[in-house]
Amino acid sequence: MSQYSAFGLLRGAFNGQKHWQPAWRDPQPKSHYDIIIIGGGGHGLATAYYLAKVHGLKNIAVLEKGWIGGGNTGRNTTIVRSNYRLKPLHDLFEFGLKMWEHLSDDLNYNVMFSPRGAMFLGHSDADMTKLAERGDAMRCDGIDADLMTRAEVAKFEPLLDMSRGARFPIDGALIQRRGGTARHDAVAWGYARAADMLGVDIIQKCEVTGFVRDGAAVVGVETTRGRIGAGRVGICVAGNSGHVAGLAGLQLPVESQTLQAMVTEGVKPMINSVIMSQSLHCYISQSDKGGVVFGGDPDNWPSYAQRGNSKVMEGAVAQGLALVPALSRLRMVRTWSGVTDMSFDGAPIIGETPVKNLYLNGGWCYGGFKATPASGWTYAHTLATGTPHALNAPFALDRFERGATIDETGSGPMPNSR
Amino acid sequence: MMQFTCPHCGPRAQAEFVYERTVDSVVALDAPPEDAMRTLFTRNNPRGVDDEIWRHTYGCRAWMVITRHRVTNEISAIRAVGPEALT
Repeated sequence: MSQYSAFGLLRGAFNGQKHWQPAWRDPQPKSHYDIIIIGGGGHGLATAYYLAKVHGLKNIAVLEKGWIGGGNTGRNTTIVRSNYRLKPLHDLFEFGLKMWEHLSDDLNYNVMFSPRGAMFLGHSDADMTKLAERGDAMRCDGIDADLMTRAEVAKFEPLLDMSRGARFPIDGALIQRRGGTARHDAVAWGYARAADMLGVDIIQKCEVTGFVRDGAAVVGVETTRGRIGAGRVGICVAGNSGHVAGLAGLQLPVESQTLQAMVTEGVKPMINSVIMSQSLHCYISQSDKGGVVFGGDPDNWPSYAQRGNSKVMEGAVAQGLALVPALSRLRMVRTWSGVTDMSFDGAPIIGETPVKNLYLNGGWCYGGFKATPASGWTYAHTLATGTPHALNAPFALDRFERGATIDETGSGPMPNSR
Repeated sequence: MMQFTCPHCGPRAQAEFVYERTVDSVVALDAPPEDAMRTLFTRNNPRGVDDEIWRHTYGCRAWMVITRHRVTNEISAIRAVGPEALT
């Protein structure tokens, strides 16, 4: 398979663009792999890519029950940022953000990373204090964060309702200028193509239905396409983490819930950055196609249904309209929802499980997309060496029983803060 | 949106109800620490049927247990809990 390039595109222009080939193979599963990754989303594909590229492993498979990138990779709001307060979180996400900045070159695939700024609005003195604290924590670790005054915010996002009579008056903001958005499907496709070129077998329509055990250890998986042996198995299935881990007899500190998002018709550029809020749970950005993308709260009750209820959508849109009244003129054209595995401290779980040879990457709540490169990198390290990378060591599964939770919102042992 | 039949008020829109937690995640007061930890922090989280505690917060405020399928949203049982359910 050839590298994509401007020259190749130009050459194609003279031969009817007949040179295009499938971006990855469609192989039959082999009887044994050194490492099997369950789940062909961005995280799983990235893991396979880094296993092949960084650790030099050749015999790897990614098993996907549907089609790659068809789960939460295709159901998010494409926001990329690393502005977290707690050190283990912002270290991990910042590692990822630095990878995003070179990802298109690395994968030879345009993931359309657009660092347009990720801005958290403050609506009160308390909000601004919290934002300043978070910004300070980030800057102590060398991550960019700038407090903006009210006047700066008004200049940066002119369509925000800056009046004092606004439903949510704006006092200022904390901005991470290197944050932004990326093209979600391209991330899955880019990683898939790059992994496939390094010999990774991407096997779609292959659902894992059980684990093959030899004593206490996992030595393979049962699938809808037969039994496949494996040296190590990595679970990487987002909302289905609880279900797949359950096949191995594990109970996880996660509860699967629905998160919805929606997009308007395409319009000319009107939202310059990613708008979020310290007090509200609403995020607004504009895609390169022109649609304004909204997201809000999870539905807050357990579900695997990939559909949510209208009340939550209404809440997100009401907040968005209060912040940017001009959005009321737009028609909503599409909504979708993904199943998110809400962990009990709001932080992900990456590492080994009590079952030998079985590893887990999950619990990303509704914040996994931005972490795709970092998640893949650290999980690949964990799977290849059997020990966690320094960045994912704090995110071990046993942190709950050790009392070492990473609780950014300070909400206690509940999925999502409430 | 789902419709729940409240044991006290009859059929009402789901928007009136708030989810609390699953029945199996209620920590017994006399549970030893390791059991309490497991109950507090882990869930069956089945891709199927589970018993969930909900509250009719924007109605009669009573608690109830709803047995629901988490993919189809089919509700197989709703029963009241609390002192009034015992009488």
